[in-house]
Amino acid sequence: MIEVPKTYEEINEKIRSGEVVVVTAEEMVEIVAELGPNGASQKVDVVTTGTFGPMCSSGAVINVGHSTPRMKITHAWLNDVPSECGLAAVDLYIGATEVAEGDPLNRSHPGRFNYGGAHVIEDLVAGKDVRLRATAYGTDCYPRRELETWLNIRDLNEAYMLNPRNAYQNYNVAVNKFAERDIYTYMGVVKKGLGSANYCSAGQLSPLLNDPYHRTVGIGSRIFIGGAQGFVYWQGTQHDPTGARNELGVPKGGSATLGTVGDLKQMDPRYVVGVSMLGYGVSLALGIGTAIPILDEELAAQTGVSDAQITAPVIDYSHNYGLNEGEPLGHVSYAELKSGSIELEGKTVPTTPLSSYVRAREIAEKLKGWVKAGQFPLVPPVQALPTPESSPGFKPLNYRPVAEEGGE
Amino acid sequence: MSESRIVLHFPKTLLDRPVISKAVQHYNLSFNILRADITQEQEGLMVLGLEGEQDDIDAAVEWMREQGVRVQPLEKDVVRDDERCTHCGACVVICPTDALAMDLQTREVAFDAAQCVACGLCVPVCPPRAMSIHF
Ligand code: SF4
Ligand code: SF4
Repeated sequence: MIEVPKTYEEINEKIRSGEVVVVTAEEMVEIVAELGPNGASQKVDVVTTGTFGPMCSSGAVINVGHSTPRMKITHAWLNDVPSECGLAAVDLYIGATEVAEGDPLNRSHPGRFNYGGAHVIEDLVAGKDVRLRATAYGTDCYPRRELETWLNIRDLNEAYMLNPRNAYQNYNVAVNKFAERDIYTYMGVVKKGLGSANYCSAGQLSPLLNDPYHRTVGIGSRIFIGGAQGFVYWQGTQHDPTGARNELGVPKGGSATLGTVGDLKQMDPRYVVGVSMLGYGVSLALGIGTAIPILDEELAAQTGVSDAQITAPVIDYSHNYGLNEGEPLGHVSYAELKSGSIELEGKTVPTTPLSSYVRAREIAEKLKGWVKAGQFPLVPPVQALPTPESSPGFKPLNYRPVAEEGGE
Repeated sequence: MSESRIVLHFPKTLLDRPVISKAVQHYNLSFNILRADITQEQEGLMVLGLEGEQDDIDAAVEWMREQGVRVQPLEKDVVRDDERCTHCGACVVICPTDALAMDLQTREVAFDAAQCVACGLCVPVCPPRAMSIHF
């Protein structure tokens, strides 16, 4: 069989005529195993992906509308969660990890962090009323100094998610090798004495692991976000495609990331869930998914990647991670992680995921329906994300002690 | 004769003292350890079945309380809000029994109330707060 590359236009035409073949990245594993990449690329037109897990670097822009008299808000709280207002008069940005004012935080360790920005966002999406409290210094054009009111998403002018970093392509596995107690991290409770291995990726279903060089996802790409359709607006922060890869091109550790945007008003609270990480803080469990057009054999092979072919570095979070020291304790595949335990330093270590594979699968299935129904047209990226060749990589902080060296 | 099931929380300082054996000897009870574990707060957790005269059981429980052991009856009700559970799996290594366990095929986390010893460990650990305990 010779390879017949497809174009976006051909695939969209098949969608219009109803002939399109769409499968999830999980189903694609078996198809590629059976037909080979070439055969699979002829049979399948689109592969859908999904992931659902805590994504801390998320938040929402809301415009609450102007009050009478007008007000240029300088401090604002949504359900007592401080909101960023260093923008125009009534534009607010609510960050997912912001914790409600008055929360005891980690003063009584491990803190519970029951409510924060992510919960505000979830409440908005769920159509619940949210209390706004705001203060201002007052100006000639914006005389009002205080405001307290209920808000509801239906009354807001704009309410959209604007997330600096989502959908990390691969991630660490956290273990606790050195601490004499369990540790409380953004990767969950990591049990002492290599008592647990905590991981957080959908593996073979994960968006960027199915298109490792992000050929089909870039600026302007349509995505599933929180139950709605949104877009990629930029590479995510800490996007670093320059690291080591396996023979399929799959990065062996954290790599590409996406900056994403989507309309809160279209979202579904099932895929936008405020979460509390014991002893760590608040985060937003968010659903993201992509639809990958199978343009050629290479993409068929890449979307056919299985959990056994994707590995993640095992990192000690009791010492090494916090201090930026040491080497990974090993590399394990997602197939091993998903078996319930891994072997590490002669020990059998139980594994615990933090991202929901059930919901990742649900997202990929939903996207399949959207693509088939012609509700999710596929377009090439307006501009590619930085590639291994063009990316400057990921730098640590250039620490310059202020006492010793003047600013430039 | 009666039987009662209790949950004991030992503070660190009591971990290596034979509180239980003393209590059962002195009050003429027989006992059955249903579950023993060291929890994340580094305290001892034990689920115990006690058999004997009801008065003796009550007196033994009272005596253990005086020694600094936190004693709870196992009649508490742990429930999961299935709408809220995302099947993330964060609870599965925390639960000391198989009450919360992941089905390796479907990747769903099942909650089996029959195996739950009402230790409460999953409640603060569950990120979307799907688990709750009612007294
Ligand atoms: S931690 Fe909570 S949400 Fe996650 S699987 Fe367990 S019960 Fe469900
Ligand atoms: S309370 Fe939670 S952690 Fe404890 S046994 Fe029951 S389900 Fe498991």
